Amino acid sequence: MTSIDHALDRQPAVTTLRRKDLLGISDLLPEEITLILDTAVAMKEVGTRPIKKVPALRGKTVANLFFEPSTRTRTSFEIAEKRLSADTLSIAIASSSVVKGETLADTALNLEAMAPDMIVLRHASSGACHFLSRICRSAIINAGDGMHEHPTQALLDAFTIRARKGQLAGLKVAIVGDLLHSRVLRSNIHLLTKMGADVWVCGPPTLIPADIGRFGVTATSHVEEAVDGADVIMLLRIQLERMEGAYFPSLREYFHVFGMTEARMRLASPDVLIMHPGPMNRGVEIASEVADGPYSVILDQVANGVAVRMAVLYLLAGGAEHDAAA
Amino acid sequence: MPVVMDADRIGRSLARIAHEIVERNKGTDDLAFVGVRTRGVPIARRLARALRDITGIEVPTGALDITLYRDDLMRMPVGPQPVVRSTEIAFSIDSRKILLVDDVLYTGRTTRAALDALIDFGRPKAIQLVVLVDRGHRELPIRADYVGKNLPTAPEESVQVRLQEIDGDDQVVLEQGGGA
Repeated sequence: MTSIDHALDRQPAVTTLRRKDLLGISDLLPEEITLILDTAVAMKEVGTRPIKKVPALRGKTVANLFFEPSTRTRTSFEIAEKRLSADTLSIAIASSSVVKGETLADTALNLEAMAPDMIVLRHASSGACHFLSRICRSAIINAGDGMHEHPTQALLDAFTIRARKGQLAGLKVAIVGDLLHSRVLRSNIHLLTKMGADVWVCGPPTLIPADIGRFGVTATSHVEEAVDGADVIMLLRIQLERMEGAYFPSLREYFHVFGMTEARMRLASPDVLIMHPGPMNRGVEIASEVADGPYSVILDQVANGVAVRMAVLYLLAGGAEHDAAA
Repeated sequence: MPVVMDADRIGRSLARIAHEIVERNKGTDDLAFVGVRTRGVPIARRLARALRDITGIEVPTGALDITLYRDDLMRMPVGPQPVVRSTEIAFSIDSRKILLVDDVLYTGRTTRAALDALIDFGRPKAIQLVVLVDRGHRELPIRADYVGKNLPTAPEESVQVRLQEIDGDDQVVLEQGGGA
């Protein structure tokens, strides 16, 4: 009964996204972030029903265009699209004309000639989504572009934290790992600082971007300092495929100095949340006891990803506010 | 801005409907209330309280958001999406008699969406429709089983239900010219 009272009926500060595309967190207002997270609460309930499907996006077509390997994100988008009754197609680049030399623009324009309503894009180049949004009518959702942003990951991280902690403002969040190559980090920094969290980032000095302090975060190479009293510890994957630059001596040494072990975790708040965007390198950035331990919400993150992506798809399907007035 | 129902009138109507529900269903066995957000939810809870006062039995009450089932959702080519709120039905609706509660019955399209949404939760034995105000102008073959007040209206008029729990006072107002 009380939960019904609670949900009754706070009028949200904004009731619509003021944009056609979701390209990154950097251009979202805090009120828009709150709207997406609130909408995701309702979407999560849909996933608990015996029939996990609502007709909201009936007749809409969503193309998932993944130029980089992905299991979690692509599956999560596909499930979200199907739960909203959209028609979906996923284009695996290995079996597409891209291997014959077609450019991103040509692939997208040819796809768009078949009139999808939305394109979910993952691409190895930073800015690929901005590029498509300029040449495509369809709404573009960024599912990760190069080292730039991965907005739905940051949104699902925020949803997971908010579900456990009630709010984001005032929390100390320590983000530890490869800060240089991580699009998850950039989206999370934008989101968490906009929502009033105290963000600490930590990694080997070679993997800390110069000027990262301009984002409003505190940077350190001492993991104990970063996790001290933290409410949330977020580990980032050491991107083995990008480590040819000899950023640190060995994976064993990385684990020894930065790996999240039970001993280090005890420095954090007693009800700390352990998060990881996946895929995990066990024994590199995170010890197995921590990844599988009672403070880990790593699988919650995956579950919440579907609800958050449903919210984004639903909210963008209506079109931008200024279009409606026109 | 004529007030067509005041707080007393709303209270008496809901008390009468509670008695009608008990009479028609010969008790409260298998009954459950589901209120349609927003204002159907507090009305459903008031009816559940009235039923408890009459019979001493607590009837479960849930809240249903029909936004994702609206038939106009994808008709507007562009435009802001309506805000989705959470649905909370913490009991199985299978084999229950569901009392679907809304504040105003008008075209019947909200009720159509609510019926579709309910069916996705299971297979109720029956669904009965309770409304505080029936203002006419149906566009679908839908009728209410329990009505607080039948209110003849013109299409350009608008019926505003105000409830203590949400708006701070209880009244039903008939506004000219489709005001907000």
